[in-house]
Amino acid sequence: MSNSQAYSKSVLWDWLTTVDHKKIGIMYLVAGAFFFVLGGLEAMLIRIQLMFPESNFVSAQAFNELITMHGTTMIFLAAMPLLFGFMNFIVPLQIGARDVAFPFLNSLGFWLFLSGGILLNLSWFFGGAPDAGWTAYVPLSSAAYASTGLDYYVLGLQISGAGTLIGGINFLVTIITMRAPGMTMMKMPLFTWSTFVASALILFAFPALTVGLFLLMFERLFGANYFIVEAGGNVVIWQHLFWIFGHPEVYILVLPAFGIFSEVLSTFSKKRLFGYSAMVFATLIIGFLGFMVWAHHMFTVGMGPVANAIFAVATMAIAVPTGIKIFNWLLTLWGGRISFTTANMFALGFIPSFVLGGVTGVMLATSAANYQFHDTYFVVAHFHYVIIGGVVFGLFSGTFYWWPKIFGTMLNETLGKWFFWLFFIGFHLTFFVQHFLGLMGMPRRVASYLDGQGLNDLNFISTIGAFFMAVAFIILLANIFVSRNNKAVSDPWDGRTLEWATSTPVKEYNFAQTPVVREIDALWYEKMKGNKKLPVAEPLGEIHMPNGSILPLIMSIGLFIASFGFIYHTYVVSIIGLGITLGCMIIRSVKEDHGYHIPVDQIEPDKEVV
Amino acid sequence: MKQLGRLLPLTAIILLLAGCGEVNLTALDPQGPIAEMQLSLIKLSLYIMIIVIVIVFAIFAFVLWRFRDKPGDKHIPKQVEGNHTLEIIWTTVPIILLLIIAIPNVMDTFTLANVDAEENSITVKVTGHQFWWEFEYPDHDVVAGQDMYIPTNTKVIVHLEASDVMHSFWVPALAGKQDNVPGITNEMWIKAVNPGVYKGKCTELCGEGHWLMDFKVVAVEPDVFEAWAQNMAQPAKDPVTAQAEAGRDVFQASCIGCHAVGGVGGNPAVGGPDLTNFGERTVIAGFLEFNEENLEKWLRYPETTKPGNKMPGFNHLNDEDMKALIEYMKGLKVLD
Repeated sequence: MSNSQAYSKSVLWDWLTTVDHKKIGIMYLVAGAFFFVLGGLEAMLIRIQLMFPESNFVSAQAFNELITMHGTTMIFLAAMPLLFGFMNFIVPLQIGARDVAFPFLNSLGFWLFLSGGILLNLSWFFGGAPDAGWTAYVPLSSAAYASTGLDYYVLGLQISGAGTLIGGINFLVTIITMRAPGMTMMKMPLFTWSTFVASALILFAFPALTVGLFLLMFERLFGANYFIVEAGGNVVIWQHLFWIFGHPEVYILVLPAFGIFSEVLSTFSKKRLFGYSAMVFATLIIGFLGFMVWAHHMFTVGMGPVANAIFAVATMAIAVPTGIKIFNWLLTLWGGRISFTTANMFALGFIPSFVLGGVTGVMLATSAANYQFHDTYFVVAHFHYVIIGGVVFGLFSGTFYWWPKIFGTMLNETLGKWFFWLFFIGFHLTFFVQHFLGLMGMPRRVASYLDGQGLNDLNFISTIGAFFMAVAFIILLANIFVSRNNKAVSDPWDGRTLEWATSTPVKEYNFAQTPVVREIDALWYEKMKGNKKLPVAEPLGEIHMPNGSILPLIMSIGLFIASFGFIYHTYVVSIIGLGITLGCMIIRSVKEDHGYHIPVDQIEPDKEVV
Repeated sequence: MKQLGRLLPLTAIILLLAGCGEVNLTALDPQGPIAEMQLSLIKLSLYIMIIVIVIVFAIFAFVLWRFRDKPGDKHIPKQVEGNHTLEIIWTTVPIILLLIIAIPNVMDTFTLANVDAEENSITVKVTGHQFWWEFEYPDHDVVAGQDMYIPTNTKVIVHLEASDVMHSFWVPALAGKQDNVPGITNEMWIKAVNPGVYKGKCTELCGEGHWLMDFKVVAVEPDVFEAWAQNMAQPAKDPVTAQAEAGRDVFQASCIGCHAVGGVGGNPAVGGPDLTNFGERTVIAGFLEFNEENLEKWLRYPETTKPGNKMPGFNHLNDEDMKALIEYMKGLKVLD
């Protein structure tokens, strides 16, 4: 209500209660980075174990827990939250909005993700981590074969997934309703477009995961029998539900990364994106096809040749829009003036890396040959090429590109290049040889391999590559540390889109006056016209902002407590936990909260100068 | 033509690597018609993909070199909107390339799914257990553990089942895998041209012992196979030495509850591989080299040797009984 209320609290309280999309974005980035480090450590343990044949560095049981948690952590708790961090911070700025559509839900989404992630990782300390692979196929994940760890998986991912779903809906509504005047859908920056499509995928894909997890939870906790063959259940249902979520998930991750590359490549070649509308339609088509091909993960499960043939051809079709994108990027660079900043080097490094991952994707789509590839290191190589070469390169590119805007400092470019080259070389060293390991008879998810099978040398090389990547990441952390006082200007890259028109650090209201958008790359357009500032849609006036709230955090803690009740079959605790969450929902519903206004004298006018 | 020249080094790498890996394990050195069909499909898709890679990399390298930012150059590049002709080209060309792969792939997919019986074809029911394999020959009334004997040049129709969790049956040198799914019977077929021992592996994560869930496909001439199947169906022959005789008593006291020999013993509820032809195996428990030392290690400490497996340790046996048991087990043979 009053302004004093918003400014008088402590810093910690401010972060715990914030509904500011920029702070939530930063929290997503910090939490995502934490889980990225955890997943990375798990990866290093896996590779150390596989460095030599018949190694006893970790036990077979611990190894299965490591691979399960590595996959789950990297997908759900690192890659997605890090992308969500960028989306949260950047998308409202790119569309010229003051906030997201549902600031309270935005905060709730973050805290749900974090509490789900923490819950999942606590399994390491209480009774063993989940060990059935990140896909948790039944019956291996059923109560008869998997211990408490799987309960952490089922509940942790449900809570975290609810947060993701809320986040996705929020982005959809924000992008549809809150664009600045003049920004038609076909004038949106590609990162916003890809966020939009990825959010739509979240909207349709995550319910499938939730349903699957619900069925598994009821089976494990209450003896339901959806997947128990003896009781008439069917184990393949789980795989369908999982992959109806799981395949689009790949695109939920990689499309926003494509968006980042589109921004970065065009900024650092000083050209507008080649074939903008083709890029948009390719994104939409990839999103659509992403849903139609889930069963290509199940070619060997016995669906029969008709289904296999259909899903094989449908999967291959995805190569067409993806190819369109690759060539459009190449033609964006063509005729440009390409500067090799670290952000751009990751974007450039992405192109050959992702093409390699893409072509093996087409190879995997050949169902008849897939019987050889499936569940071998060929697959491990393929999806790491796609997810590291696509998503992680995108995250690193976005990190160097948007760091000045988000944190107000410039990362060191020399260290950045060391980081890029070590990571790039290490990545290819680790995963290129794994294609051959797979064809030479190495199944995936094996805790070790026998000596004398010809698998030793390539495994050794692969592990060396992993160490390169680990060292590279340490250099990134060092870079963040040494660059902490290197102040950034508001538009360091001569940017093209609206986020570069805001001050650095960005004011809580983003834009003092809502800008008017006249062309694609609105800021670049005004710069080229010789205008010093963007045209504005409104006179300077009071700005209405939402109040912060502690309720999202408490609601998440409630579900966190309830989960422990379910895991240890102490339903009193579950009821208390659910009661806390429900109580918060009631408070939220009945308590009036109109937000507050920032008066004109506090808004520094005309800040968005180019 | 220039691009084809560039293919050569890559093809050379592939061929070089085809030499890597153990013979009879790698999919790059096929020993039967199915693996051959699959390798040729892999090669077809690989060559087309290499063409794609070469084109993209060439444009990429050219662009980076030609349009790099040069010192002192501050010009603003022309802002190009797009080009419809180019876009149509790079939409249609990939579609054509994909069709070249898709058509043989669909044909092969149906060929591989054709499990109709032909003259002399045999059927084997393969059941995956945590963490071992069972091979049942319904036409011959034979059950074997760990080693799957098949006649050469014969279509072997494989029925895949699972008794506990999912497993996946993979013999890279002979054929790609299919899954063993509880409650469902999957079908595939394999054929081995030459006699030999082909390594097989479980490729679906099935628990602690997953990485050691290996097996062998032993391809023998059809007449040898017939002899093998007939002898497998017979009661076990009596041991020839006194020590082996004593070993049989140990076996009857300790092992028969789970492991059958010559159609006697075993318990479907408990499980345990059939040991009728144990003495002819090349490995113990799917992975240990077959010798007395390893056999004793296995009998005494199975739980640490192959984590998660259900066999209890027999470390309580005294040395004399253990030696006798080993002697008896080594003599369990059907082929000589």
